[in-house]
Amino acid sequence: MSHTLVIAELHEGKVRKSTLSAVSFARQVSQPFDVLVIGAGAAAAAAELTGFGAGKVLVADDASLANYICERFAPTVAALGKGYKVVVATASSFGKDLAPRVAAKLGAGYVADISGVTAEGGKLVYRRPVFAGNAYGSCTLATAIQVVTVRQSEFGAAEASGGASAVESVPVQPADAAAARVEFISLEGAKSERPDLGEARVIVSGGRALKEQFAQVLDPLANLLGAAVGASRAACDAGYAPAELQVGQTGRIVAPTLYVAVGISGAIQHLAGMKGSKTIVAINKDAEAPIFQVADYGLVADLFAAVPAMVSSLK
Amino acid sequence: MKILVPLKRVADPDNANKVKVTAGKLDTTGMQWKPNPFDEYAVETALRLTENGANTKARLGEVIVVTVGPKEAEQQLRGALATGADRAIRVDANDEDIDGDVVARALKSIIEKEQPDLVLLGKQAVDGDSNQVAQLLAEYLGWPQATFAGSIKSEDDKALLVGREVDGGTLTLRVTLPAIVSVDLRIVAPTSVSSKASPAHTYADGVRFAALMAIMAAKKKPLVEMKLADVVSDAASKIAYGGYELPPARKAGIKVKDVAELVDKLRNEARVV
Repeated sequence: MSHTLVIAELHEGKVRKSTLSAVSFARQVSQPFDVLVIGAGAAAAAAELTGFGAGKVLVADDASLANYICERFAPTVAALGKGYKVVVATASSFGKDLAPRVAAKLGAGYVADISGVTAEGGKLVYRRPVFAGNAYGSCTLATAIQVVTVRQSEFGAAEASGGASAVESVPVQPADAAAARVEFISLEGAKSERPDLGEARVIVSGGRALKEQFAQVLDPLANLLGAAVGASRAACDAGYAPAELQVGQTGRIVAPTLYVAVGISGAIQHLAGMKGSKTIVAINKDAEAPIFQVADYGLVADLFAAVPAMVSSLK
Repeated sequence: MKILVPLKRVADPDNANKVKVTAGKLDTTGMQWKPNPFDEYAVETALRLTENGANTKARLGEVIVVTVGPKEAEQQLRGALATGADRAIRVDANDEDIDGDVVARALKSIIEKEQPDLVLLGKQAVDGDSNQVAQLLAEYLGWPQATFAGSIKSEDDKALLVGREVDGGTLTLRVTLPAIVSVDLRIVAPTSVSSKASPAHTYADGVRFAALMAIMAAKKKPLVEMKLADVVSDAASKIAYGGYELPPARKAGIKVKDVAELVDKLRNEARVV
């Protein structure tokens, strides 16, 4: 019997790479684990996850799971979760929506958005950021089954380990009664050629100072570096960047190899989303901006001149 | 529409970097208590959904604010009453004795009694950042959930069209009431919330402020106190924190003098480009 059940996330028929962060967690716990691929098309996608050392790759595939609706997914996840000690998902918007409902079904404790896990005296101790990452707490759960979500920026994507996990089809449970009161209307995503914020090696991120020239200034640099584009809350609120680009405590939490903060002052909630980055560059004309306190390389300059100069210099 | 809004007080999120750890415990001494910003957005959303565009004095429904917390948290409830909520409930508890699961179970019991059409919550409290109470509560009640709402359109107060902010885009759901909705930042943008009775004007960005007269009047609005034992039979937390610590400090960086030096450092020192 495996110890940990990893919930995979599907997007347009493929496994989201963020799933591999939850696989990393399962490996760190050092116990046998299975992976559940759930959604319409799961059977076709399961092969993507057979090379990561799971005991089994379980498949819950049904036309009723074509679009993610928590009340349709949670019953199947919970029914399987009963057979495990730990159920884990990555703390994406999918994992954060689904995992607590699964925990409530199982009477399980839930720990959100963990940054680390250790085993101490036969118990799993979870480490997680609180107060926008300004402190870290260590916690345990008192329940027999535990449900956790892991932070993608702290649990790197697991590498394939070879082998071929057995693929096994599992029954899809009837939807919650509440599902009759939820109707999927649409999923509108900005189509982008760029890497996802959670997976990008480089992120070029802009603040309100960019005004209407947000894309005009940042795109050439992002294109050159193969970077994802991020934004501060202020830039999103002002409408200079779409909301899904927001990096911060309540937006995306990122930890790329290189984070270039352009015209971002460095509010606490923004720092919470990016200060785990390996190398941080800040370009801001205000020498007192708090972003400089976390930047490895700070440049006090007018961004409208500095960013194009950086592009020319890097070409 | 009858709307219930749970509300939590948090240590000043604008000064979250002032939080200290003393003997392994979180220490927020010297930090002001504030309403959790996302909960304030939920109150604002509730006020917009019950607004009567034809007569702003006669609102269409009722907004009840609820907190689970100590006596001092009544200050944040009064704040919500001053902006327009109708009445308040406080379930007496010490912050350190409860977790999100206890809060969800306490709310379930209150909701079963109050029978609101809609429960609006902030998507997360910005102290614990757990983002869980709405989802737990939805399951405990057997209600539909729509989390991280960036927009809400009421359809005759029978159903809501909710635009959920998800990774990489917007997922729109129609939920039939009663339902649980947790709100995200963009819910307080000028045109994010609408109903048939919405006023002709668009709203100011953000939450409304209370007028002095309203602050005085709020002192007379009903605020009921309950005991935790009256609403949950088992007040045991599922989660236990063994200790806290501050994050490791980031190594101090340097200021570069120009773009040429910056690019040189990135190439030859950090080796990241």
